[in-house]
Amino acid sequence: MKRKNADHEANQSLLSRRALVVGGLQLVLVGALAARMRHLQINEADQFRTLAEENRIKFKLIPPVRGEVFDRNGVQLAQNIPNYQIKMVREDTRDVEAVIARLSKIIELDDETIERAVALIKRSAPFYPVTIAEDVTWEDISRVSVNAPALPGVTPEVGLSRVYPLGSDFAHVLGYVGPVSDYDLKKIDDPDPLLRIPRFQIGKVGVEAKEEIRLRGSAGNKQVEVNAAGREMRELGRREGKPGANIQLTIDSKLQNYLQARLDGESASAVVIDCETGDLVAIGSAPTYDPNLFVSGISTADYRELTDNKFRPLASKAVQGTYPPGSTFKMITAMAALEEGIIGPDDTVRCNGHLEVADRKFHCWKRSGHGSVDLKNSLKRSCDVYYYDLALKVGIEKISAMANVFGLGVRHNVEMSAVARGLTPTKAWKNRVHGKDWVIGDTVNASIGQGYMLASPLQLAVMTARLATGREVTPRLVKSVDGVEQASGAGGPLKVDQNNLKKMRQAMFAVVNDRAGTANKSRITVEDMRMAGKTGTSQVRNISAAERRTGVIQNEDLPWERRDHALFIDFAPADNPKYAVAIIVEHGGGGSTAAAPIARDITLQALYEGPPPLEAYPSKDRGRIRSQQKRLAKMRPMAKAQDADKT
Amino acid sequence: MSYLEYTVKSTPTGLRKILFLNWPLTLLLSSAACVGFLMLYSVAGGSFTPWAEPQMKRFAVGLVLMVAIGMTPIWFWRNLSGFCYGVTVILLIAVDLFGEEGKGAQRWVDLGFMRLQPSELMKITLVMFLAAYYDWLPPEKKSRPLWVLLPITITLLPTALVIQQPDLGTSLLLVMAGGGIMFLAGVHWAYFAAVIASGVGLIVAVFQSRETSWQLLNNYQYRRIDTFIDPSADPLGAGYHITQSKIALGSGGWTGRGFMQGPQSRLNFLPEKHTDFIFTTLAEEFGFVGGISLLAIYLLVIFFCIASALANRDRFSSLLILGIALNFFLFFAVNMAMVMGLIPVVGVPLPLVSYGGSAMLVLMLAFGLVQSAHVHRPR
Repeated sequence: MKRKNADHEANQSLLSRRALVVGGLQLVLVGALAARMRHLQINEADQFRTLAEENRIKFKLIPPVRGEVFDRNGVQLAQNIPNYQIKMVREDTRDVEAVIARLSKIIELDDETIERAVALIKRSAPFYPVTIAEDVTWEDISRVSVNAPALPGVTPEVGLSRVYPLGSDFAHVLGYVGPVSDYDLKKIDDPDPLLRIPRFQIGKVGVEAKEEIRLRGSAGNKQVEVNAAGREMRELGRREGKPGANIQLTIDSKLQNYLQARLDGESASAVVIDCETGDLVAIGSAPTYDPNLFVSGISTADYRELTDNKFRPLASKAVQGTYPPGSTFKMITAMAALEEGIIGPDDTVRCNGHLEVADRKFHCWKRSGHGSVDLKNSLKRSCDVYYYDLALKVGIEKISAMANVFGLGVRHNVEMSAVARGLTPTKAWKNRVHGKDWVIGDTVNASIGQGYMLASPLQLAVMTARLATGREVTPRLVKSVDGVEQASGAGGPLKVDQNNLKKMRQAMFAVVNDRAGTANKSRITVEDMRMAGKTGTSQVRNISAAERRTGVIQNEDLPWERRDHALFIDFAPADNPKYAVAIIVEHGGGGSTAAAPIARDITLQALYEGPPPLEAYPSKDRGRIRSQQKRLAKMRPMAKAQDADKT
Repeated sequence: MSYLEYTVKSTPTGLRKILFLNWPLTLLLSSAACVGFLMLYSVAGGSFTPWAEPQMKRFAVGLVLMVAIGMTPIWFWRNLSGFCYGVTVILLIAVDLFGEEGKGAQRWVDLGFMRLQPSELMKITLVMFLAAYYDWLPPEKKSRPLWVLLPITITLLPTALVIQQPDLGTSLLLVMAGGGIMFLAGVHWAYFAAVIASGVGLIVAVFQSRETSWQLLNNYQYRRIDTFIDPSADPLGAGYHITQSKIALGSGGWTGRGFMQGPQSRLNFLPEKHTDFIFTTLAEEFGFVGGISLLAIYLLVIFFCIASALANRDRFSSLLILGIALNFFLFFAVNMAMVMGLIPVVGVPLPLVSYGGSAMLVLMLAFGLVQSAHVHRPR
């Protein structure tokens, strides 16, 4: 291809001209962009800066949906249900009293509600929607909607409200939510802006409080343009928050329901722990209360009724109540002695009803004495003198250390309120707290779980599970969070001689299954469900020498507050432990009569995952058990409703 | 001009070519990329992850790619331009057939090691092919109807494929790039007058056709246009981007709120803040001064390209450089105009600054061609 040079030159200059035209055009457009930028950033900056800075644009929080709580089988324990509310905006209403008067003719409003609403409206900003009535019915909502023209500024709205469908069964475990208070804000160092929302609901006690952060989720934001009065004009932007996590507990709601029904009428507490995993399958306290009362604020009268009750329904006795463990502590004393090699399991001690230590007589509960007893017999018949003798040889430090090994005097990590540490006294402790020297009598008292020794039912259940498995079982209450399984509480082997533990288990088996055992009446008769346990009766008063002379007053003749606590711990099946149970009946009298039968019922209910067959009970009890089962079934509407759901 | 006429002895050879690269251009591109790193670091809340670090790696790869292409003789690329165009068209067809969905449009083809956007590549290969065409075409034929129809077909074939995806923004850019080359090559201005007139007619038709049976655009495309006309009508939906970026720009003022101090971008109110809308962060944090500076860098890039093209006596090289410069201009001008609410929201990134591998690599590849044309210019 051959081209003339002039042709090429002409072509080239055309290209250059056109290139300059395009370049010029580009320059003009860039100039336009620069001008636009200047316009937006400089000329209009005042407007936008106002929008961005002088609070013309506000960031408002969108509260997240609180996480729900389920039991180990997925039964809902805490849920959010739509809650119809009637709100009023003062600046739209103008004549507040007149409109409320009209409103109260359309729907039912009591005087207290009206009074509170009017006060609140007067206090709030004129544009702020104030809740006049909560939890109104759908009919009320429709009535308000129909009459909207006569009710300026009144709007029906739907919010979410926390409900505990199983009510009082889970009051102590779950706790409840309530409107955030100034006291809460002061107490907790939580910068979450959600807490500044008036009447924002936060967990007050129990799992609701302990898992507050996870249940709460995080707030979304919305960006709204507001007018000079601060009223929302339009929404400019929105960023969704994160809803709270759903939490699954290890509790079996059916067993929990049974346990609460069984404890009903007593001031008592019981804990059922899964020996293999440390899962708390039921943890109850009686009497209990309805947590739903607290959600939107409890009335003063209701609250006073709860606080004035001498059985302390608000206290979660299972974790925060501490009691002298009484004879249920004897395994610890024995283990301390066995581990130290001070006695062998077959060595005997002679009990003639009392032991004299430092000029003081320490009595066995059986005044005539048990004669010559070895380890198994001492536990089976709950001889006190045997343990006085061991304790004097071992000393309090070793006993307390052994108690710690078994989870007493240790604050377990359970997501409930006020989990107690209990007390395993030492010489240094007494010196520090009481300013007095430890005396030998303190050791003697401690050996049978009296005196300074204190433990909660939860701790006793953990102790029992550790005795039953020989592993360092730790309690677990939260099974999973948003489907993520939490660490198991199975634990590693305890640092004690497993042979000694085997001896303890044999002795505990004898307590229930030998004819002379203190809990023999509460045995289980199905061969592979047999349980092993230990009774305990702990004194809450000192028996004076004068009283001893005139004869110890029977429990039944004492006022309630001065009667003994009845305790029982057990695990079953004895040869392959699945559940460990600890129970305390406050001022219930003797452990074998007041606590053991309840513990057996609960154990069987757990083992059979429902009502046990009557064959599990000794034949002469069966008639009484049958009528008791019927009576309890009537008390448990929830359980029935759940069974009906399943079929 | 054919490469045979090059004065071979003054053309650098071997590694010496590096010294003859268009260094001012390279420095300008690097500084634009540095602005990008800075902004990506800022929008990530003062962190090199997840954006700044990969972007730096990609830019490094892009630089090496650019130098490598720049050292390859320009005639090699010219001879390859038809092949490149063909391959890209095939890739576009492949994307239409089995590309991966992304944000409601089929744009990607997965090559295993990276996800390629053939429509990006098309912008360059189209320019290459048209430049080669006008280099080959005897000048006297350039305005004859038949020889005008051919480049129009070359442009509209990929445009039609891109519209299918559907990607209105990129297809319009392709048309503009193709038309730009034709204009630069010296096609008679009457053709352009006719096209512009009919273009105006088409726009009228597009609006007339709305909500009739022969509706020409998708509903979402209409919505974008609506939004553009009145962004405040639907601030949460379609107008969201524009309202937000206007607030960000406006709150920047003269000097901005300072590095990493922009509440708009910090609080996540800006969507796509690391890609198409990254300019808002720059404008919010460095204000008018920052925005103008970036604009100046871009303008200088264009300037050095035009200067290089005008100094080049090879017709293919000149057309190629000018075409690529035009593409680059369209890139940033459309993005900025979009962010500043001058035109509807179209998915066009800010060149070298927005986060994204495909666009960055293609751009560096294009500037590689510019470098090659510069190094191998006839002397």
